Amino acid sequence: MPWWGPEGPGSCGCPAWLWPPGCSPLRASCHQADAAVPAELSSGTLDVLPADSSLYPAAGVSATIAKLAKTCTLRISPQKLNFIVSDKAASGGVSMWCELEQENFFSEFQMEGVSAENNAIYLELLSENLSRALKTAQNARALKIKLTNKHFPCLTVSIELLSVSSSSRIVTHDIPVKVIPRKLWKDLQEPTVPVSDVSIYLPALKTMKSIVEKMKNISNHLIIEANLSGELNLKIETELVCVTTHFKDLGNPQSASEDASQDRDPEQMAEVHIDIRKLLQFLAGQQVNPTKAVCNIVRNKIIHFDLLHEDVSLQYFIPAFS
Amino acid sequence: MRCLVTGGNVKVLGKAVHSLSRIGDELYLEPLEDGLSLRTVNSSRSAYACFLFAPLFFQQYQAAAPGQEALRCKILMKSFLAVFRSLAAVERSVEKCCISLGGRSSRLVVQLHCRYGVRKTHNLSFQDCESLQAVFDPALCSNVLRAPARVLGEAVLPFPPALAEVTLGIGCGRRVILRSYQEEEADSTVKAMVTEMSIGEEDFQQLQAQEGVAITFCLREFRGLLSFAESANLSLSVHFDAPGRPAIFAVKDSLLDGHFVLATLSESDLHSPAPRSPELRRLVPPLQAHSTPHLDDFANDDIDSYMIAMETTVDSEGSRAVPSTSLSPGLRPPCSPGPYSEDNEAEASTQPGTPPPKKFRSLFFGSILAPAHSPPGPSPVLAEDSEGEG
Repeated sequence: MPWWGPEGPGSCGCPAWLWPPGCSPLRASCHQADAAVPAELSSGTLDVLPADSSLYPAAGVSATIAKLAKTCTLRISPQKLNFIVSDKAASGGVSMWCELEQENFFSEFQMEGVSAENNAIYLELLSENLSRALKTAQNARALKIKLTNKHFPCLTVSIELLSVSSSSRIVTHDIPVKVIPRKLWKDLQEPTVPVSDVSIYLPALKTMKSIVEKMKNISNHLIIEANLSGELNLKIETELVCVTTHFKDLGNPQSASEDASQDRDPEQMAEVHIDIRKLLQFLAGQQVNPTKAVCNIVRNKIIHFDLLHEDVSLQYFIPAFS
Repeated sequence: MRCLVTGGNVKVLGKAVHSLSRIGDELYLEPLEDGLSLRTVNSSRSAYACFLFAPLFFQQYQAAAPGQEALRCKILMKSFLAVFRSLAAVERSVEKCCISLGGRSSRLVVQLHCRYGVRKTHNLSFQDCESLQAVFDPALCSNVLRAPARVLGEAVLPFPPALAEVTLGIGCGRRVILRSYQEEEADSTVKAMVTEMSIGEEDFQQLQAQEGVAITFCLREFRGLLSFAESANLSLSVHFDAPGRPAIFAVKDSLLDGHFVLATLSESDLHSPAPRSPELRRLVPPLQAHSTPHLDDFANDDIDSYMIAMETTVDSEGSRAVPSTSLSPGLRPPCSPGPYSEDNEAEASTQPGTPPPKKFRSLFFGSILAPAHSPPGPSPVLAEDSEGEG
């Protein structure tokens, strides 16, 4: 059932969609006025199998996101899938950018955007829904994700479960999505990684999490500082008590510019003051230890976490207290 | 009444109480010849649950003192549940559980004999009550499916714990489908996620239903029985008819059986696009079309005398109010059709009366009406009002 009028393809930023191979693409015209009105979505498929091992990091990521923000944006482009939480008021200034290369996960992937230059689809959805849908996928034999239109635009996740009996069990989740019009895409681009004062490898996230959890009971104001000698401190300071946890021998990634690092005293700490709850939300979402975890600090401005879980990269930005 | 539960059965009893607590706030305890029955009903009378523990379930079972009538009582679910609050602790430390009623104490005494000689005695206050009974018969339902509880447990896993209602139906290829049911709200900009689980016929021990038939019921209430069945490793059977007729969920083994009778959404509820008026909401079936029962007023027990199974429909069969009361043999209210024996069946024949203005279905439960409380007149509605209730 068409959601819009019979005009031809418009250039006002109508979003794209997926369609099955062999069909001629159904072009949608778009409502010029209202960004919120979705265009027609014909169904296409993203096919993955087997999903049990390879999609696990994505399920973990979606669980993380569900703890961070109520809604998130899913960006689908020919090579990549991105989960985006932008730094609006709703997320408290925190932003997240997660990227995965689709060829690492999907055996079949079909999509097409509205035009060659704008070859992407942006969908807004409730992170809780996606997380729940992918959680079911942990025991999947096969998984299919499609963009469909069942009375309203949906991301349909269809999972065939592993089953001891001969008959298969199939779970289908229809996640309502909102298609984001092109004019809003600019707010959803990959954040530029700031030039950091210190870049350091993180300690075990589980350890950090249990420490930060206890510190939260004392104060919401957390100071994170690190230096180029592999030392990182987490500090809480109140009138009555100061608590500091010291991590040593963490190692620092090779710095991109040699000159900059030579000027800096390796012992000098760069610190940033953040809301401890935001850090805790981020750490609470990490169920598995990442392959690589780096933290970049821009003194008094922002802290940037850069994690790599197998083939999924996750970046998380927490701004300093203003 | 005096009964003694020992060993692993104490935990089973506790688990049953936990299940019942998902339904109602009051527990009706009635020692019968064929066992101890624990029953409850929810406040809107749209769900009824009953466990019957056979005498062999107990190490000792005495329904009534010799020569005396069996006492039955109603207690706050919360109080009884508190005895079995932590099932892990019960399993670990309770060796015997003795429940007694009558004798000198005016309390229901539940005594837990625990390890190391520790004895915990709970004296629970109770109320006398009439027998709570629902009129239903699984054999009369045209559709039945039965599966190990584990299969059904896995089937409901993808659904969010907060989901209120679910639709169960038979789809193409005799697959059993469970789908989350969302009420349509006129003003909703945020749509809810729809989850559907499809299971093959082979996973069921029995599947006797036509393709296309489906019922919608409260998932939260069903989970109560499901968790019991899973822990006891029993099979669970679902007996149902057309939408609107109550669905019966049953578990059984040699020592106990459990029944949960849940109301289901009727066709008109399912297909109406407009927001439904309160009278149509099957979850709050009024006793009469215009009154709201004040149930669960613990201090005032009269209500319990008058729970009468009723199905009132306005449909092509013509308007009829069909009260189905379960009565003790000697008693007949003036206009009701004949007496029915206690623990069974379907509705009565037609009763002339003013049809209710709208189609609604409600589910009430029969009770033994003591002579003093006979309903007053030719009204399809129970005699509850005559007691001055509400």
